[in-house]
Amino acid sequence: MALTTSPLYAARRRKNAITMGLAFLATAFGLLWLVLILANLLWEGFSGLSLAVFTQMTPPPGSDGGLLNPILGSLVMTTLAVLIGTPLGVLAGTYMAEYGRYDRVTMVVRFVNDILLSAPSIVIGLFIYEIMVAQVGHFSAWAGALALAVIVVPVVVRTTEDMLVLVPDTLREAAASIGLPRVLMITNVAYRAARAGMLTGVLLAVARISGETAPLLFTALNNQFWSLNMNAPMASLPAVIFQFALSPYKEWQKLAWTGALIITLAVLTLSIVARLIASKSKSQ
Amino acid sequence: MQPAGRGPVVDVALPDRRVGVQTAVDRARVLQKLKLNDAGFRYLTRGAAIAVLVILSGIIFSLIWGSSLALSKFGFGFLVTEAWNPVTEQFGAISPIYGTIVTSIIAMLIAVPVGLFIAVFLTELCPMWLRRPVGIAIELLAGIPSIIYGIWGLFVFAPFLQQYIQPFLIAVFGPIPGLSTIFAGPPYGIGMLTAGLILAIMVLPFITSISRDVFEAVPPVLKEAAYGLGCTTWEVVRYVVLPYTRVGVIGGMMLGLGRALGETMAVTFVIGNAHRISASILAPGTTISATIANEFTEAVEEIYTSSLIALGLILFVITFIVLAAARLMLARLNRRVGA
Repeated sequence: MALTTSPLYAARRRKNAITMGLAFLATAFGLLWLVLILANLLWEGFSGLSLAVFTQMTPPPGSDGGLLNPILGSLVMTTLAVLIGTPLGVLAGTYMAEYGRYDRVTMVVRFVNDILLSAPSIVIGLFIYEIMVAQVGHFSAWAGALALAVIVVPVVVRTTEDMLVLVPDTLREAAASIGLPRVLMITNVAYRAARAGMLTGVLLAVARISGETAPLLFTALNNQFWSLNMNAPMASLPAVIFQFALSPYKEWQKLAWTGALIITLAVLTLSIVARLIASKSKSQ
Repeated sequence: MQPAGRGPVVDVALPDRRVGVQTAVDRARVLQKLKLNDAGFRYLTRGAAIAVLVILSGIIFSLIWGSSLALSKFGFGFLVTEAWNPVTEQFGAISPIYGTIVTSIIAMLIAVPVGLFIAVFLTELCPMWLRRPVGIAIELLAGIPSIIYGIWGLFVFAPFLQQYIQPFLIAVFGPIPGLSTIFAGPPYGIGMLTAGLILAIMVLPFITSISRDVFEAVPPVLKEAAYGLGCTTWEVVRYVVLPYTRVGVIGGMMLGLGRALGETMAVTFVIGNAHRISASILAPGTTISATIANEFTEAVEEIYTSSLIALGLILFVITFIVLAAARLMLARLNRRVGA
């Protein structure tokens, strides 16, 4: 009894109460921002949401319009980026997990890939500008898609490798024991077992690039008009949000909020779906 | 090509010898084909893996190539000059570098303690049923694109700071010598403090989720032993969990720092894009990435473009060092946990 009432014991308990209180507060603080940002976004975004947003082009300053051309541009460039980046990423991840798991090459690639994964996206924009826009002499949707593809690759490499490593070796041994060559073992057994996880990786990559702005600013630039020409500048939602939000026009600012809402909903849906797929495959 | 294992199974040992020979020849051909395919696929995947290396070296070389004009003209002076004047074609990188470092420091000062405390909450205090939802919510915060933070910072957060927080800071710290220069000047709303705070919100989820992961890797028996001695939760965290995970936690912080240094859009909206070094963190400034985002499409002169690419190179070098250090530390921890 004397021990529990001693000043030392009380001080330790007090210290514990204070720090644990801080941990509680910190969590509330972190969640507060999520709630604040989402609440603001939903409020401002939904008040500007209408059918016109999806059916009309971006307006000149001072008049109403929609976001059809940037939505289309974002879809086109995101799709292309995924089509370019995914095969490359999957193949590289396959090498790292299946053929050269303990290679020196794999170790270097894994390290470099992790650097690419967190490299500032604006630097990737500069890279594509240098090798493509500066060489051809004009901005283009191809350059934008390529810049996004460079962001897709490391995400897909990482998840493909991680997921293939999780495939039990007994499956591989079973495939080998019935005489399957390695290529068929990988495509028919390993890929099939890791399918859900690899799909998650692609979805996360889409979520990542659908909000990327910096690499598009000086590759795809922007376009006020409807354009499907891949060799010309193309509008994208993030670039339009950037331009419209910093403008002094009320109509443009409103559209920027609406665009921000569309992107956020898309990204959150993608990451929640990805999470569901991942947890479902884990429970199987 | 007929995949092995599909189609009817025929064996060499067939009653009719001619059919048997034919089958054996077919089989040899199929096997030869499979062997080629196997080697082909191996080289294809190896090529893809090497392509990842090519991308990184491509980035480095293109940045060096693009910035060579500016670097040869200004030399080492580029790193230490404050001038940034497109008209007279005088460019120096020190004020964007300064802005990048100051905003990142502000972000880390806030995000590191808060992130660690959230991780402590998630691993030690939080009831089991709440762990997943809170963890997912924090990770959703990481998934929100940076431009959303930017637009929110510009329209909501900056006016709020201007009206309530900044006048308060000026009033409180104004009379204190030393601190008065850090919190000097009118409350603009936008500026380095605002950018740093937005960055803090952005890197918080990264630090939290990595810290949580490494905290969870602490063997329960170590914690149980400490609890068994009568340690409080705080003492367990302070004297068992943190020492055990130190390398990982530092790695996570560096990863967050890498994000903060390179973050573009959120900062561009709220930094004010002013090429000068102010002692006051309430003043507008600029960062490397914000300068590039704001000015690159306007830059027509070759030396202007080249100077901006040189800024990009500096940013890449800084983040490369930080990220490489972070990855090496996390890898070291993983090895220890794996062993």
